[in-house]
Amino acid sequence: MSFLELKDLRVHFPTDDGLVKSVDGLSFALERGKTLGIVGESGSGKSVTSLGILGLHKGGRAKLGGEIWLDGEELVGASAEHVRTLRGKKMAMIFQDPLSAMHPFYTVGSQIIEAYRIHNDVSKKVARKHAIDMLGRVGIPQPDRRVDSYPHEFSGGMRQRAMIAMALSCDPELLIADEPTTALDVTVQAQILDLMRDLQRDFNAALIIITHDLGVVAELADDILVMYGGKCIEYGTAEDIFERPEHPYTWGLLGSMPRLDRDRTERLLPIKGSPPSLINVPAGCAFHPRCTFEDRTGGKASTEVPQLVETEGGHLVRCHLPRDTRRSIWETEIKPSLEAS
Amino acid sequence: MVTYIIRRLIWSVVMLSIVSIITFAIFFLVPRLAGATSEDLAARYVGRTASAEQVKVAAEKLGFNDPLVVQYGRFAKGIVVGADYDYGPGVERCPAPCFGYSFLTRLPVWPDLLDRLPVTISLALGAAVIWVIAGVATGVLSALKRGSFFDRAAMSIALAGVSMPIFFTGMVSLVLFSYGLKITVAGGTYTPFLTNPATWAYDLLLPWITLAFLYAAGYARLTRAGMLETMNEDYIRTARAKGLRERTVVVKHGLRGALTPILTIFGLDLGLLLGGAVLTESTYSLPGIGKYAIDAIGRQDLPQVMGVTLVAAFFVVVANLVVDLLYAVVDPRVRLV
Amino acid sequence: MQKTTRLGVAALSAVLALGLAACGGGSTTTPTSSGAPAAAGSTGEFNGALTAVVNPSDKKGGILKLANAGDWDSLDPGDTYYGYSWNFIRLYGRSLVMFKSAPGKTGNELTPDLAEGLGTPSDDAKTWTYKLKAGIKFEDGTPVTSKDVKYGVERSFDKEVFPDGYTYFNDFLNWPKDYKGAYKSKDVNTDSAIETPDDQTIVFHLKQPLSNFDYFAQLPATIPVPKDKDTGAKYKEHVISTGPYKFDKNEIGKGFTLVRNDQWDPATDPNRKALPDGYDVATNVNADDIDNRVLAGDLDVDVTGTGVQPAALGRILPDPAVKAGTDNPTGTRLWYTSINGNVAPLDNLECRKAVEYAADKTALQTAWGGEFAGGQIATSLLPPSIPGHEDFNTWVPGADNKGDVTKAKEALTACGQPNGFETNIAYRAERPKEKAAAEALQQSLGRVGIKLTLKPFPQTDYFALYAGKPGYAKDNKLGLAMNGWQSDWPDGFGFLQQIVDSRVIRDTGGSSNISVRDPEVDKLIDQAMEQTDPNSRNGIWTQIDKKVMDDAYILPNVWAKALLVRSKNATNVFVNDAYGMYDYLGMGVK
Repeated sequence: MSFLELKDLRVHFPTDDGLVKSVDGLSFALERGKTLGIVGESGSGKSVTSLGILGLHKGGRAKLGGEIWLDGEELVGASAEHVRTLRGKKMAMIFQDPLSAMHPFYTVGSQIIEAYRIHNDVSKKVARKHAIDMLGRVGIPQPDRRVDSYPHEFSGGMRQRAMIAMALSCDPELLIADEPTTALDVTVQAQILDLMRDLQRDFNAALIIITHDLGVVAELADDILVMYGGKCIEYGTAEDIFERPEHPYTWGLLGSMPRLDRDRTERLLPIKGSPPSLINVPAGCAFHPRCTFEDRTGGKASTEVPQLVETEGGHLVRCHLPRDTRRSIWETEIKPSLEAS
Repeated sequence: MVTYIIRRLIWSVVMLSIVSIITFAIFFLVPRLAGATSEDLAARYVGRTASAEQVKVAAEKLGFNDPLVVQYGRFAKGIVVGADYDYGPGVERCPAPCFGYSFLTRLPVWPDLLDRLPVTISLALGAAVIWVIAGVATGVLSALKRGSFFDRAAMSIALAGVSMPIFFTGMVSLVLFSYGLKITVAGGTYTPFLTNPATWAYDLLLPWITLAFLYAAGYARLTRAGMLETMNEDYIRTARAKGLRERTVVVKHGLRGALTPILTIFGLDLGLLLGGAVLTESTYSLPGIGKYAIDAIGRQDLPQVMGVTLVAAFFVVVANLVVDLLYAVVDPRVRLV
Repeated sequence: MQKTTRLGVAALSAVLALGLAACGGGSTTTPTSSGAPAAAGSTGEFNGALTAVVNPSDKKGGILKLANAGDWDSLDPGDTYYGYSWNFIRLYGRSLVMFKSAPGKTGNELTPDLAEGLGTPSDDAKTWTYKLKAGIKFEDGTPVTSKDVKYGVERSFDKEVFPDGYTYFNDFLNWPKDYKGAYKSKDVNTDSAIETPDDQTIVFHLKQPLSNFDYFAQLPATIPVPKDKDTGAKYKEHVISTGPYKFDKNEIGKGFTLVRNDQWDPATDPNRKALPDGYDVATNVNADDIDNRVLAGDLDVDVTGTGVQPAALGRILPDPAVKAGTDNPTGTRLWYTSINGNVAPLDNLECRKAVEYAADKTALQTAWGGEFAGGQIATSLLPPSIPGHEDFNTWVPGADNKGDVTKAKEALTACGQPNGFETNIAYRAERPKEKAAAEALQQSLGRVGIKLTLKPFPQTDYFALYAGKPGYAKDNKLGLAMNGWQSDWPDGFGFLQQIVDSRVIRDTGGSSNISVRDPEVDKLIDQAMEQTDPNSRNGIWTQIDKKVMDDAYILPNVWAKALLVRSKNATNVFVNDAYGMYDYLGMGVK
């Protein structure tokens, strides 16, 4: 079994308006030292998945189903208290907006110390030294001074580095980064991504990057999982997804990325329509109302839920279009328009 | 930070001076605007059998014929250096700060205030401890168990606490607990703290609880609202993600975040209360400065009323300053400028 | 689920509210005895203490507990003006003469205290002589001499140091010119006013004849004060006692305690039993709290003796068991309406008669607080407890006291106003009962066409600037004015002189007499002042009362009553007519 393995994970939220199926049957595997990028729009279920892995839905209103295996332990059925002991130590998370994700009233140092001392019985002095080390490790200058600074006293990039330091302070084996660069400038983004790559190598951690930004996963991810409407609709290596994408949604994502090497007068190709309601998921293929090619499925798109099927060597796609049709559309229609300059 | 404190202190002194001028004006200028003469003002000081001649002499002696600025100057001087008063066989020095002396009781005001301040402070601080603990705890629990029976019951009782006036709850409590069941002391009983701390606390039990009931309600609601907000913040999610125990998350991260408005309100409430918990002291006949004020107002004893007004203003100004400073301590994002 | 929980909460709140309302303290009319448990030992019946002693006993010991909703004006004998204070002061001070400590009318009688007997007047009643008993000492053992009595009066002269007292001695004794009192005129010889030929004799010289100087002699100013221990305005912090008790602790504004004075010799004092071992007095206590405590037996006396608060009334009156432990004495206060003859058409006697006939006295009584807390309907001036009072009713307002509309209309016709007339009625704005009474009059007089417009005035200047200033009253047509008077002591002079003598009316304003201007009444007053025989003197006051009523210058409303609660722990509880409240000298502890 892989280091992290999800088997048909379901996270449903009962509300007054109905059952919200945020994650509806998600499976994937990840080894240590490898990076998985989970891509999708807002509301596709990416963050809910990561919170589910961390066990942060326990005690709430969510209903969990399926299995989460971490280093041989199953977490969905495990007690909340046991999962709590793993949080921060075995698995850690880096959040999107470090300014709101860190407590404004405590110094960065004290927050890192706190994270460290939950799982390590050491004195404050030792923990403080460790915190200074971590801050240095993530590239913050003068860490012995900055350890007593408050979150709002850092710049955006430095703040995210501090957040990363906090997440890594207990040597976690699984690291989940939820939109780690979304709140940062583009130049700073690159630095952070480099940092994360280096740290992953140093710690040999399994890294999941959750983002809506394909550019980010292009940098870091070994494998990419595209989510839509609570389900995985395409899964493969980075090369599979970028060179040989086979799902109309993935094509749309690739097409809607602004690229510097394209002519500015060329219009972006957005995906028409908006993300589906997770309470009333469209019948059949969840993407079909927005799919340009649904008329080529012979009516199945609106009636039958497509299964996740292997198209070639580990590359999985969930679509009613026949494989040949997909590949031909890719070669003839999509790919040329993407490369046009 | 230090410059900020100094600047605020200077401003506080200015503030208090302004308050003293306004108070002085209310008592000695406004009646004149309404047509009162020096004799009318002096009439309050001389008792009911004084002849017109005596009233005139008193008006002169009390300085009501002097220009207002001079009168205020004399008053201000008294506060700073003290004044003398003639008590018949001799002349007594009223040391600074001399808030004047009451012509009705023939006693200087400041020693009275000093004597009564511990009572009000005892009442206010004791009740404050109770209402903060009870109110905040209830608020936290209500927020965590939002929608539960506990939450609804607690908020209903809170509503009752805020709606029922202290003279009602006080009177009923006295009749029920002090005179009926005889488990608490009668109204008017007060033992100074230094005499016997145990009796001091026992005497104040009923006033503390009824007064705290009034305030705890507001604090429970405030805390509940604050907690509901902070518990939804991202840093709470981070705290949990770090693997912290839920209790630590709630108190160290959640409550700490909700603290600022509670602190502000607390400072102001306490400041006002120290200026005289008028209703509570009247209901329980406690000899604090609130009761002093109400008795003085009833008797129209102006020097006493002025003295209490200035003391109350002092506490409010100080409370404001302390709250502002604490704000910066609690929330490091606040920059004191 | 949400709906049922909301209902549950509503039900819970309703139950809470009802529960709290049912607990005592409210002024509900349902007879509830919750909150005030029927204390053991409440003996006697309603009004049992008016003329008899309830729980008679000679048992010594115990501490009597009293409370005051406000504070003494002063504990200093030279500076106090309240009846309850004069009642209480006999515990720590002895004046030349005093009112007997006895129930009912006997309390009105004067009896010697410091003096061996009542005063001896000269033939012209301008000189009064008293001889002091031997063996009376201050609390420190120093013997009391007549000079100490003289000093007591001299110091009380200074109204700057003692602003609250009365000015009887100032006004009537023959002081030297420009005398300013003991402090400011230290070395002035005052023998023209008071002489002390020897240590046991004191002689008072008056400016005019006074037949009732003994009433002056009972005033606390004659309580001896040792000159070397006199601290002027500070003396009240520790008054040196000549009575059976002396001050132990005194915290002005909070309360004081009295303990036994070992220098008091009972052999010199047949008037005082001195039963309790001490007195515990708390001041500035919440008034409703006092009532609750007396009813519960936790406190013995509400010392001001003005009656219970309205909240307690609701608990006492409907419950016969509780009512049996109370008394309802009529005091020496009259609430009335001045009918000003300077304002037309009230210059005509018949128009004034119309006002007297038309008034609905039961409505007035209700306005003043009803039968128990308001007062007894008054038909003349002198209250029943004052010698000289006679029961007569000059202008009978109908058999039911609701006004005689027929006779009123007849009087109106006789004075040339058959359809009534318009005038204003003044009252003190801060007094809701005065306003209510004025409104009651407005209603009852309106029935016969007399239209009254209510005019409120501030009470501080009511007499000085408005109703009591003849010019203002006339210019502003204040035909009627609400008024009230309480005598400083129970005799005709104390009660009537200030309100019916036309010579006290000043153009500059300020007198309590607003409307009585009858030279014949003035002459009768002078006669009374010279008549040294008490019975004849009282007879003259009765005549004066009748004459003023004949003149219809005053419409009497009620003689004030107070509802007092008897202590559950005290012995010898009785009402003393001189003070209109329980006698504090006689009470002991069970």
